[in-house]
Amino acid sequence: MELLSPVAPGWGGTLLVGLLHSIEIAVGATCLGLMIGTAGAFGKLYGGPVTRDLLAVYTTIVRAVPELVLILLLYYAGTDLINQMLTAIGYSRVDISGLAAGIFVLGFVQGAYSTEVIRGAILAIPQGQIEAARAYGMSPGLMLRRITLPAMLPFAIPGLANLWLIATKDTALLAVVGFFELTLATRQAAGVTKAYLLFYLAAGALYLALTLFSNLIIGRVEAWSRRGMPSVKEAR
Amino acid sequence: MSAEAVAINMAARASIWLKPHRIVLILIALALVLCAAFFMRWDWLPQYWEMGLIGLWRSLWILAVTCALGFALAVPLGLAQAGGPIWFSAPAKAFCTIIRGTPLLLQLWLLYYGLGSIFPQYPWIRESWLWPYLRQAWPYAVVALTFSFAGYEGEVMRGAFAGVPRGQLEAARAFGMSRWKIFRRIWLPQAFYRALPTLTGETVLQLKSTPLVATISVIDIFAVSSKVRQDTYLTYEPLLLLALIYMTITGILVFVFSRIEARIPVKIG
Amino acid sequence: MKTVLKTFAAALLIGVAAMGGVAKAEQVKIGIAAEPYPPFTSPDASGKWVGWEIDFVNAVCAEEKLDCVITPVAWDGIIPALTTKKIDAIVSSMSITDERKKTIDFSDKYYNTPTAIIGPKDQKFGATPDDLKGKVIGVQVSTVHAVYAKKHFTGAQEIKEYQTQDEANNDLAAGRIDAVQADSIALGEFLKTDQGKACCDLKGMVAPDDEVLGPGVGVGVRKEDTALKEKFNAGIKAIRANGKYDEISKKYFDFDIYGGATQSN
Repeated sequence: MELLSPVAPGWGGTLLVGLLHSIEIAVGATCLGLMIGTAGAFGKLYGGPVTRDLLAVYTTIVRAVPELVLILLLYYAGTDLINQMLTAIGYSRVDISGLAAGIFVLGFVQGAYSTEVIRGAILAIPQGQIEAARAYGMSPGLMLRRITLPAMLPFAIPGLANLWLIATKDTALLAVVGFFELTLATRQAAGVTKAYLLFYLAAGALYLALTLFSNLIIGRVEAWSRRGMPSVKEAR
Repeated sequence: MSAEAVAINMAARASIWLKPHRIVLILIALALVLCAAFFMRWDWLPQYWEMGLIGLWRSLWILAVTCALGFALAVPLGLAQAGGPIWFSAPAKAFCTIIRGTPLLLQLWLLYYGLGSIFPQYPWIRESWLWPYLRQAWPYAVVALTFSFAGYEGEVMRGAFAGVPRGQLEAARAFGMSRWKIFRRIWLPQAFYRALPTLTGETVLQLKSTPLVATISVIDIFAVSSKVRQDTYLTYEPLLLLALIYMTITGILVFVFSRIEARIPVKIG
Repeated sequence: MKTVLKTFAAALLIGVAAMGGVAKAEQVKIGIAAEPYPPFTSPDASGKWVGWEIDFVNAVCAEEKLDCVITPVAWDGIIPALTTKKIDAIVSSMSITDERKKTIDFSDKYYNTPTAIIGPKDQKFGATPDDLKGKVIGVQVSTVHAVYAKKHFTGAQEIKEYQTQDEANNDLAAGRIDAVQADSIALGEFLKTDQGKACCDLKGMVAPDDEVLGPGVGVGVRKEDTALKEKFNAGIKAIRANGKYDEISKKYFDFDIYGGATQSN
């Protein structure tokens, strides 16, 4: 048990650092995914035919190919491509850290799923609200900010919350490309100490705690975003 | 008349693909594929295709077996949570929460490296008939993937069982059906139809989880592509082909399931 | 509404910040395999990497005034990581082979040790192809040992490839495989652990095959980075001449791991 102590002879500290990295990546990837998802949803709904087709290709491919394969492809190809493009247009290459690469890769995957979630949420907004905004003469930007985004939020939150939970678990896949997060930290600690079962159970408990804690927060946020709306039970 | 209708129908279908911008996009995609075919290295294909087929077969049977077993396990899990007494529902709920709350990769390593290193310490396990199986990697892969599928699908089945209208079950009881008969004739089929639409998605997710078994030395199609990468030091070609293979399987799965769904008369009432 | 906007602005900032600064030209990223590989490279409980190879590369970098940073990456992707410039040099017990030289370049060798076979204590066998007939042999993926086992141990029941050396050792201890082939020092270190002592012992050294096993371990660099390669060569020569190399080695080994000038194994 002293193997798990958080100070130096124990490996608890290493695991916690790994957990921190996992959370950092999950937060970053979810944020990036949200940005891609919002842009993607608007592109799919209001974009031209070419934009729509390209977005359809993006979401279909990402949802049909295993995350592990995408992570490997993007991890090597994505960063390489960015640097090749930068050198081609005369900039010096940037140093893409493991953290940034991980956020970029997972965010790209999350973006495809968030696109669908947000698209569905926007479609669920009562048409009258948008028409009313138009009748008031709101510019598209103002309408997006004042009406569409806040009105879609309650519809989007359950799906987005689910995506956040998936993101926290998908960070484990980055262990396969050698990124130091909770699963890789566990694997290293287990390998050095040979206490495999102990460390994998400990890491499992940490992931579970993260999920349960997230669920708690999500419940609060959901209640907050639905304030002023008739409750689901009443609506039925 | 009908021939005309068919022709119009076909023309309508074709026109979806023949809008000018789509033609351009398709041409660009074709050009990209041709570029990939000509400018990338594919000379390793003849040497590895046989291995690839074996790997593909392994991926597919792992997918089929774990989905079937996982669903079989999901039914009691869902049932226990939907209508069971607390000493059934609480463990079932805990199981689903744990499976859904931790990464599959970690579960897989916990089983293979964690639990697997405990077994040989007991001589009676080493001498039992199970040992030749416990020595190999695939049983751990099958168990982990089955549990994962059961965990997610168990949650779906809980909702499906709970969603069957009370009136139907009460009517069945009024007919004097036994509890087992009610379950077999009314409750399970109704719940199954309700869960059917989610099965496509869950199966595709399960397919996307199968490459993880490569990390515990099961040689599936993903492991074959890793092998090509390591032998030839090519990064992109094997991964791109692999992505294409997974997309094809996903496409086939979605097509087959939509056919099955269309055939089963879904009447939820 | 403001909160929504704030969230988005924060997200954007995180994204931009994460993309990081421009690479400093003089920083050299030393790629090591992100796995315990004692006594060469392994993480300690505080997350720092320690071992002979870490001390060695730090000495070389100090000698050549290079600003080196240790960058752990997955072993099975370490060559792509080098070619796609995620790292600038591989210092991870990588043997110099003609096969690898098609893709990357190497410095002069910095150590060379024989290749060994270990197996369960209760079974008696040696390290010849005949001894290993019908056995399941574990090796680490994309190592010279994997290539060697496949070439010479054709009678083996199966040659199982693992992502990390540690997993192969663990599976041997768990009785899932019958033998492990790897570098003799790394295996010796495993046999010194409680797990290793309990299960396994040394079966012998494999017959030499220079074509596969190569002349030793070198620093892997990109083909175009000849200046960096020359710096490593000069650094290795310098620390061998000034006694630093021996000083570091004495901390870990009671014999010379550099290997003779002519091939002994």
